[in-house]
Amino acid sequence: MNGVHDMGGMDGFGKVAPEPHEVPFHTDWEARSLALNRVMGSAGEWNIDVGRYWIETLPPAVYLSSSYYKKWFLRLERLCLDRGLVSEAELASGHSSGPGRPLKRRPLSGPQAGIGLTRANHDQPARAPAAFEVGQKVRARNIHPRSHTRLPRFARGHVGTIERIQGCHTFPDAMVEQGVEQGEWLYTVVFDGRELWGPDAEDGASVSIEAFEPYLEPA
Amino acid sequence: MSDDHKHDHDHGHGSELSEMQLRVRALETILTEKGYVDPAALDSIIETYETKVGPHIGAQVVARAWVDPGFRKALLADASKAIAQIGLQQKVGDHLIAVENTPTTHNMIVCTLCSCYPWDLLGLPPVWYKSAPYRSRTVKEPRKVLADFGVTLPDETKVRVWDSTAETRFIVLPMRPAGTQDWPEDKLASLVTRDSMIGTGFPKAANEVSA
Repeated sequence: MNGVHDMGGMDGFGKVAPEPHEVPFHTDWEARSLALNRVMGSAGEWNIDVGRYWIETLPPAVYLSSSYYKKWFLRLERLCLDRGLVSEAELASGHSSGPGRPLKRRPLSGPQAGIGLTRANHDQPARAPAAFEVGQKVRARNIHPRSHTRLPRFARGHVGTIERIQGCHTFPDAMVEQGVEQGEWLYTVVFDGRELWGPDAEDGASVSIEAFEPYLEPA
Repeated sequence: MSDDHKHDHDHGHGSELSEMQLRVRALETILTEKGYVDPAALDSIIETYETKVGPHIGAQVVARAWVDPGFRKALLADASKAIAQIGLQQKVGDHLIAVENTPTTHNMIVCTLCSCYPWDLLGLPPVWYKSAPYRSRTVKEPRKVLADFGVTLPDETKVRVWDSTAETRFIVLPMRPAGTQDWPEDKLASLVTRDSMIGTGFPKAANEVSA
């Protein structure tokens, strides 16, 4: 979807402002929000792509004005409602009105749960040989799907070069739209800055994206 | 963790803060009462991110690559595999990619679509990495973004930006500072800043750490 989350190349957001005194969490609820997302995310009710989509579909003004952990919380609250894990009445009362339903997987639990946190593997078996080879020129397709995609707008329609083949991974678009684990080849595609930004590019700059095969066509 | 910082970061949104405290607490309570969530797991996860996982892990990896050419080669070929073999305490995920800075090319990592970041090597991402200014500008004007960090590259150095748009995760292997030829690995690791592994900074100079 062409949402405000797809912000590569937008202007007007101001300077990058590192915090003078960084802390892991600014408030207790930020930490609880992160941990709740991690635990519920391990229950197999949705995967990382679906989780991202439910942040992207926050109203644009909410997305832009909410902190990172607030967005994570709003996503979790909406997903729990959508999946029937909690009800509006329960959220209003702050308490459960009945037992839970079985989850697809047993969520992370116990005092050692933090040790078990590892980024998931997204490899999928290849359904066909890779269509592109390293060094080949490709064009990022000019597509504008209304559902989830990981092809950023700034790359669409532009010609780049296949630099690496990263293997065959779960295709986020199909996961969100059809709920299927479809394997697609993933490539690092590098674009010259001038190709992306024309005369407004900085000298000597290039940008790569990680592009799934359906995002690309021969150039 | 304490709430001591909340006033500093409140920025006048006091009602939002208390509202968020109440809403997060309500959801945690409901999910716990339903048996979905074990509060001990929440505590453990928070403790892991506050005290165990952080840039010190990435710094160990970089220092090893500086002293061990065989490891450097393996790291650049397949970072997940190479790192798994050095026996770090915290397990790292798959599809990690290390990209090497050279005198001619400087690498920067960004995630324009969300905030993908190599948590397993660097810990929690800093607020600026997740912010709209960094996510929007880095692909278009990386040198101007570097200037916000006080970093200037020679004009002839090329800048390569890696947008983390899939489940691959990137870490920059910065250049080893001059004057550190005989340094042991742990002392070298103390030079490696988090930002140098994202590409928005350099490692500390040899004279910036005590002997």
